[in-house]
Amino acid sequence: MKSENVQLGHNIIYDIVEPGSRVLDLGCGDGSLMQLLATGKNARVQGIEVSDEQIYKCVARGVSVFHGNIDTGLSEYPDKSFDYIILNQSLQEAIKVEFVLNEALRVGQNVIVGFSNFAYYKARIDVFFHGRAPVTESLPNQWYSTPNLHFLSIHDFENYCANKNLRILARHYLGEHQEISFIPNLLALNAIFVISK
Amino acid sequence: MKKQSIGIVETKYFTFAAPPDEMVLESGQKLGPITLAYETYGELDQNRGNAVLALHAFSGDAHVAGYHKGDDKPGWWDDMIGPEKALDTNKYFVICSNVIGGCKGSTGPSSINPETGEPYALDFPVITIADMVNAQRHLIDHLGINKLLCVIGGSMGGMQALQWVAARPKMIRSAIPIATALKHSPQQIAFNEVGRQAVMADPAWNHGQYYGKSRPERGLAIARMIGHITYMSDKSMETKFSRKLKEKDYSYGFQTDFEVEGYLRYQGDSFVKRFDANSYLYITKAIDYFDLSGQNLIPAGTNIDVHFLVIAFQSDWLYPPYQSQEIVRKLKMRHMDATYIEIKSTYGHDAFLLEVEEETMLIRHFLNRLYYGTGEPDLYEI
Repeated sequence: MKSENVQLGHNIIYDIVEPGSRVLDLGCGDGSLMQLLATGKNARVQGIEVSDEQIYKCVARGVSVFHGNIDTGLSEYPDKSFDYIILNQSLQEAIKVEFVLNEALRVGQNVIVGFSNFAYYKARIDVFFHGRAPVTESLPNQWYSTPNLHFLSIHDFENYCANKNLRILARHYLGEHQEISFIPNLLALNAIFVISK
Repeated sequence: MKKQSIGIVETKYFTFAAPPDEMVLESGQKLGPITLAYETYGELDQNRGNAVLALHAFSGDAHVAGYHKGDDKPGWWDDMIGPEKALDTNKYFVICSNVIGGCKGSTGPSSINPETGEPYALDFPVITIADMVNAQRHLIDHLGINKLLCVIGGSMGGMQALQWVAARPKMIRSAIPIATALKHSPQQIAFNEVGRQAVMADPAWNHGQYYGKSRPERGLAIARMIGHITYMSDKSMETKFSRKLKEKDYSYGFQTDFEVEGYLRYQGDSFVKRFDANSYLYITKAIDYFDLSGQNLIPAGTNIDVHFLVIAFQSDWLYPPYQSQEIVRKLKMRHMDATYIEIKSTYGHDAFLLEVEEETMLIRHFLNRLYYGTGEPDLYEI
């Protein structure tokens, strides 16, 4: 069973993707989002995943997956091979964030980026009042076991897009149970952006 | 739990290309008549849509599963083929044939040349992987199968699977190339060449004319010893042999002191009993000539509908994972449906014969999706 905010993220991405789209899911995990898009949206999906345990799950779900690291790039894919590139909770685990994002923008018309908001109020409380690295619903791991190499807030991502002249086509902010719109940088656990060049 | 074997099986033979309708080889030479030794397991379904062609590696044969009457050892991939195994013979009709150029019942250099009444020896034309596949295609036609559900094989078997894609994409729905490459690297060619030189350096080889006389057993055994080193990994050799000795102490001579020496000698000596030295030369050459790089796998401008499961093994240094990744990269460039996995294993190249559990999980799901569509929900439980 998936945690509620993971499922909420999948539902939002599901709604974003147009039926029949070509989709590449970078860091596709167990393939559940791909399976959802393949069955419900008739999307042509494929994924890249670094964990071999997850690869077996993808194959069991009947989705195509490449066992590899998203940091090594997407050189085998021609420009604009996909309608959507998904980077859901995987960009912050990449070593070369900019390189990965640029590759995604090259091979995809649109890039869907989902990440945990480091400026969520509970994370701020952990840092400010408890004086420790934050552990929240969307940042569930301890400092020593987190797969995240980069920590960013919604503001950080917006600034990045502005600095790099990337167009933000849609933004979704995820609260504990549903989408929210009120002071998201403080109140959103996760954010999902749709961007393009 | 050990799964059941398919039981007693028999090798069958199919002969075709009798003169004047010989098969034209890639080199332009002609060969005929050609006999293929083959075995089949399971039953063809009503639509003849459940046929899977298993392709053997360098020294393999048609006897891939089950037992021959009186034998206590099963076929070479019995762990993978049988009821409820990776290639489930309750569902699929599995075919395996010995390659041409071989010495396990199919026409090769040790077969009788009908023109002379003597074994071909070096009069046997040089064959390629494409020729092997072309011969198999005749067998598939003979069995009345228009489209194979899958072609699957490891090492040279993987090359044949890729060659099927290149030559007859419309005749196959899927391919599972395992621990293989689009072409041999200079390192791989080098190992094969050392093996060939070992055979040819044996005086008994006699330019291939040794049939009915003493055979080049030393040369062939050495070639096989080199081969076995390349099939293992540093780690698997350490685990299997370490520096263990055959006797209590060193011999201070050139006997087999170390277990690894004994193992290689045993492998070499048992290989010469079951393999023909000229076949060794012909088949290794076919592997070295194989090259589906560039546009050769899928010609530019063509659209093919073949699904791929590409499998490599972490410790395989003979066919390193990067070579499998190259296959997948080619497929991705052409928007082909392909899954790639690098299985964690310490067995080296031998892993494709040994990592049965992982391969079974992958192959069963992959074929199920293809054969039944995506809707077999019980299989999603893992």
